[in-house]
Amino acid sequence: MSAVPSPLNAPKGRPMSTSMVMDTAVVFGRELRPVLRNPFSLVFTMVQPLFFLALFGPLLPDVPGGGSALQWFVPGIIVMSCLFAGSTTGSNLQFEMQTGSHERTLVSPLRRSALIVGRSLKEIVPIVGQAALIVAATVPFGFRPHLGGAVVGLLILGVFGVGLGAFSYTLALASKDQEWMFWAIQQTLIFPLMLLAGMLLPVDDGPGWMQVLSKLNPLTYVVDAERALFGGELASATVAQGAVAALVVAGLGLLVGTRAMRRA
Amino acid sequence: MNGTMIRTRGLTRHFTVKKETVEAVRGLDLHVEAGELVALLGPNGAGKSTTLRMLTTLLPPTSGTAEVAGLDVTADPRGVRARIGYIGQGNGAAHSQRGRDELVSQGRAYGLSRTAARARAAELIASLDLEGVADRLVSSLSGGQRRRLDIAMGLIHAPDLLFLDEPSTGLDPQNRANLQEHIAALRAEHGTTIVLTTHYLDEADQLAERVIVIDHGQVIADDTPERLKADHAGDRITLTLGHERDARRVVAERLGVVAGGRVERAGAQVVIETDGGARLAPKLLRGLDEAGIEVAAVEVARPTLDDVFLNLTGRSLREESATTGEAA
Ligand SMILES: Nc1ncnc2c1ncn2[C@@H]1O[C@H](COP(=O)(O)OP(=O)(O)OP(=O)(O)O)[C@@H](O)[C@H]1O
Ligand SMILES: [Mg+2]
Repeated sequence: MSAVPSPLNAPKGRPMSTSMVMDTAVVFGRELRPVLRNPFSLVFTMVQPLFFLALFGPLLPDVPGGGSALQWFVPGIIVMSCLFAGSTTGSNLQFEMQTGSHERTLVSPLRRSALIVGRSLKEIVPIVGQAALIVAATVPFGFRPHLGGAVVGLLILGVFGVGLGAFSYTLALASKDQEWMFWAIQQTLIFPLMLLAGMLLPVDDGPGWMQVLSKLNPLTYVVDAERALFGGELASATVAQGAVAALVVAGLGLLVGTRAMRRA
Repeated sequence: MNGTMIRTRGLTRHFTVKKETVEAVRGLDLHVEAGELVALLGPNGAGKSTTLRMLTTLLPPTSGTAEVAGLDVTADPRGVRARIGYIGQGNGAAHSQRGRDELVSQGRAYGLSRTAARARAAELIASLDLEGVADRLVSSLSGGQRRRLDIAMGLIHAPDLLFLDEPSTGLDPQNRANLQEHIAALRAEHGTTIVLTTHYLDEADQLAERVIVIDHGQVIADDTPERLKADHAGDRITLTLGHERDARRVVAERLGVVAGGRVERAGAQVVIETDGGARLAPKLLRGLDEAGIEVAAVEVARPTLDDVFLNLTGRSLREESATTGEAA
C-alpha cells in the first residue's frame, strides 16, 4: 500500500446530487454485470425447465387438428423458466445481506426505491435471454413461434419478471438472515402457482374449485397470453388480460418491494 | 472544514429479542469536531457497531437525536449518506462481483461520472495494493484482500467524515500497519474526520488522539490515550526476587513502596503499580539492597489501555471473551 491518492476525481465538499433514473441505472448496471461477465450462468437456471420439456413433452398427446403438442407446451415452459429465475433471484440479495454488501448500498445515497427497481428491472435480461434460448432449442423439434407474437410475448414476460423479481427481493428482505425461510416460502408458493396456471397440464377439465383458484392466479393470464401470442394471435382479449396481469404484478411487486427496502 | 461533525443527545437504541429488551446503546452524548480522529473502544457487545449504525442512518434510534455532518439522521438520512463514508464490519464488495466493478459502481452511486469513477477506482486499487486481484471475483480473494477492497470502497468519494467498524480485523500485522498509515494520512492530508471502532488497544493508542471507552452501551471514559493512562492507570514495576519469602516480605513491609501504590504478589514476583515508575525504580532497588533482599530482575512498564479498562470496569478487555466464556 502506498499513500492515499489525492481525491482529484472525487467530489469534494458539497456532494453531487443524482436523479432517480441515474440511481436506478447504477443499480441495474451493477446487477447486470455478473450476468454479462458470465452469460453461461443463464444456462444453469434453465436446466430445470428444459428437463420438464424433455421429459414431459413426449407424454403429451398431439393436439387434435394436427398441431404439435409443443405449440401448447413450450410457451408454458418459457413462463416456467421466468418463474424459476424471477422467484429465486431474492437469494442473491439475501446473500449480500449476510456478507455486508447490501448494508453498504444502504449507506450510499442511492434511493431506496432505486435499489429495488434497478434490481428488478435487471430480471428482464436473463428472462428474455432464457426464453430466446428455449425457443431456439425447440424450433428444431417442430415448435413454430409467430415472430411478432413472440416479441410481444417476451415483452409481457419481461414485465411479469420485474414483478416476480420485486416480490422475491421483498421475501428476501422479510426473511432477513434466515435462508431456510426464504426457500420454504418460495417453494411453497411456486408449485401451486405453476400448476394452477395450467402451465404443465390444462386446468379446464379439473374440478370447480381448481378452476376458481386458477382464475384468481395472475399467472394463468400470463400463460394463456403467451400461448396465444406464440401461436400468432396478437390482438385478442386473452393477450390484453395477460398484459394487464403482468403490469399489475409488476406494479404491486415494486410497491411492496420499495416499502420493504425503506424499512430495511 | 471547521465546526461540529457529530453531535448526539441521549442517543439510545434498544433491541427486543425473545421479549427481552437489550439496551445496546444507552443515552450517548457525543460531540466530535471536524478533523478529529476518534476511536471507540470496548469489548464485544459494548454497543460500538450499534452506535455507528445509528450515526450512518442504518438504524433508527429508539430515542435521542444525532446530527451528522450538520444534518439530522432521522430527518434527512439521504443528505447524511451523501456526506459520509462507511466501512462496515462485513464485506462491502459483493462476493459475486469483481472488485473493480464494485468500486466503479460505488463511485457512480455517489454521483461520479463513469470516467471519474474508473480513474478513482484505478487510483485506489494501486494505492491499496489490489492490482493483481481487482479483476477477480471478490469471493476468490483472501480475507485481508477483501478488507482492503472494502476500505477502497469507503474512500471512493473522499468523504469528509469516515466511519470504520473494526477496519483492521483480518489483516496481517503488515497490512494493519499500512491501514493505520492510510488512516493517519487521510486525516493529515485531507482533514478527514474519522470515527473507528477497534478491539486493538495498541491501534487505538497509536492512531487516535481521542479514545472513547464504551461498556454496556455507555461511555465510561473519553480522553486522549495519554491522559486516560495517566488518570486511570499507573506504571508497573515488576520485580522478580530470588525467593518467595523475600517477595512476601516486600509486600508485608511495603518495602520501598510509595504511599498509594498498589502491590500484588504472585510467587516470587511482585508487581507495583505507581506513578513515575521509571524514576522510582532505582530508589526501590537501592532500598531493597539495603534491606538485604536480592533482586533477580526488574521491569518497568508503561500502562496500556487495557490497564485503563481494567481500572474502569474491573475486567480486562483482552481476556473479556475468555473470562465470560469460563463463567458461563
Ligand atoms: N439486530 C440486533 N438484534 C438484536 N440484538 C442486537 C442487534 N444488533 C446488536 N444487538 C445487541 O446489541 C448489543 C450491542 O451490539 P453491537 O453489535 O453494537 O456490539 P459491538 O460493540 O459492535 O460488539 P463487537 O465488538 O462484537 O462488534 C449486543 O448485546 C448485541 O447482541
Ligand atoms: Mg461491532
